[in-house]
Amino acid sequence: MSSAMIERIVNAVFETLYMVILSGFIGTVLGVAMGVALYITRRGNFLERPLFNRVLSIIVNIGRSVPFIILALAIVPFTQLLVGTFIGNTAAVVPLTLAAIPFVARLVEGALLEVPDGLIEAAQAMGATPQQIIFRVLLPEAAAGIITAITVTFISLIGYSAMAGGIGAGGLGAVAINYGYNRYDTGVMLITVIIMIVMVQGIQTLGDRLVRRAQHR
Amino acid sequence: MIQLDNVTRIFGQGTAAVRALDDVSLHVPAGSITGVIGTSGAGKSTLIRCVNLLERPTSGCVSVDGTDLTSLAERDLRRARHDIGMIFQHFNLLNSRTVRGNIALPLELMGVTRSDIQARIDPLLELTGLSGRADAWPATLSGGQKQRVAIARALASRPKLLLCDEATSALDPQTTASILTLLRDINDQLGLTILLITHEMEVVRNICDRVALLSEGRIIEHAATGEFFTRPASTEGRSFLNDYLELPPSRSLQQRLLSEPAEDRHPVVRLTFHDDSAARVLASNLARRFDVDLAILQSRIEEVRGRTLGLMIAEIIGPASRTRQVLEHLHTLELDVEILGHVQRHD
Repeated sequence: MSSAMIERIVNAVFETLYMVILSGFIGTVLGVAMGVALYITRRGNFLERPLFNRVLSIIVNIGRSVPFIILALAIVPFTQLLVGTFIGNTAAVVPLTLAAIPFVARLVEGALLEVPDGLIEAAQAMGATPQQIIFRVLLPEAAAGIITAITVTFISLIGYSAMAGGIGAGGLGAVAINYGYNRYDTGVMLITVIIMIVMVQGIQTLGDRLVRRAQHR
Repeated sequence: MIQLDNVTRIFGQGTAAVRALDDVSLHVPAGSITGVIGTSGAGKSTLIRCVNLLERPTSGCVSVDGTDLTSLAERDLRRARHDIGMIFQHFNLLNSRTVRGNIALPLELMGVTRSDIQARIDPLLELTGLSGRADAWPATLSGGQKQRVAIARALASRPKLLLCDEATSALDPQTTASILTLLRDINDQLGLTILLITHEMEVVRNICDRVALLSEGRIIEHAATGEFFTRPASTEGRSFLNDYLELPPSRSLQQRLLSEPAEDRHPVVRLTFHDDSAARVLASNLARRFDVDLAILQSRIEEVRGRTLGLMIAEIIGPASRTRQVLEHLHTLELDVEILGHVQRHD
């Protein structure tokens, strides 16, 4: 393999990491917020808002039901508006983030539903404000579930970022398609696949370790 | 300390509406331990949740320490709740925090400074017998220890009132006894008013000064514990007492019991005394007066708040004419008489 190709692959690794980490970070922050909003406004919960909850839920479902490749193409005008172009790694962060938010939101809502109602009741009996309940009870108690959700999200984003490589973004996906597939370079294809496997394994291992640390048993 | 006036709580609407509490009025004197007993579904949980407004009454007034909680704004209600501790059947500890962290929680919520929080925790650990477990995670504790942590946490804000929601129902009898002793000590040492709900007579008997009986959302009896245990006024109160004071005939006695009386059979009676003065001399009195013998087959004596409760299964030995007289006489005394059957004479 030529040194130019090696350099290309190394650059692609950084491009993939750039897309995944940036969209994963923004997606996590906004997704957790949306997941909390879904949870607390549920019927019977402490900031019950049935109408708001239903609207938010429908939005999340729509976000979850559009396949990533379609989403990325469909929001091209929005991406153009936001970053000035729809080509390149930064442009890819927009659809990646939009795909991550509803994904994280649903998983976080699920993790919060696992927190026993009694804990919230106990906090209310102590005179906790809704904000205190969220930050001192709900999120810490659901930490393990939330970390699991974030882990799954980052792994999905690696896959999505490769798809983005097929429609104008860079990264390992672009290298695999342009060189491995279009130029029949089996060696390049194999290497990109192996690098992605290593990335996924790494994220999963890190996630598992953090979950264990959050569990306290 | 607590004054509930005409509290009604209705769940659901229209035909599906359920009156969980129906015009309940209850006074809990400061410094007392008051118990609310009732079967499951009687409305106990709703009642105790109405005291700190975790459950808002549909109508009626709840005041604690002179403040009408039902009229308070959200913000003032939260402040009022700092003066009301609460513990639960399933402890409700945060698994994400150590023992120390759990006890610190209510103080953090109140905005107490970090150093003040640390200073308050150690005495609480000592009071609840948890010294040395400060850094343990709840998942590693036994049920009894978890409830101790919950008690320490409830006391951290120095409340005047402690609400106990079936606090010992998930614990074994020995652990229950130790938790009840702890609650009693806290009541003595800190002068804390305690309101507890339970379905166990044993809990009431052990620590309550007063007891209210809740049935289908209504308080049907409210008395001093000794009074309730010796002279329950309601049918349901008596049934609670009978279930508690069970003295079933032994297996060997059951096998010998015959339903019909006969000349050569002796009656076997179960007597329930609500006052010990009669019980002590009953056997000798009967012997003297009717020339019969009273063979005590089984007995059980319980003392509740200075009053004695007794149950006795006895065979009345004598000729049929005289044992009949004894039975008639027993019915005129202040005790419950139940004829279990008759046994064959041996001689």
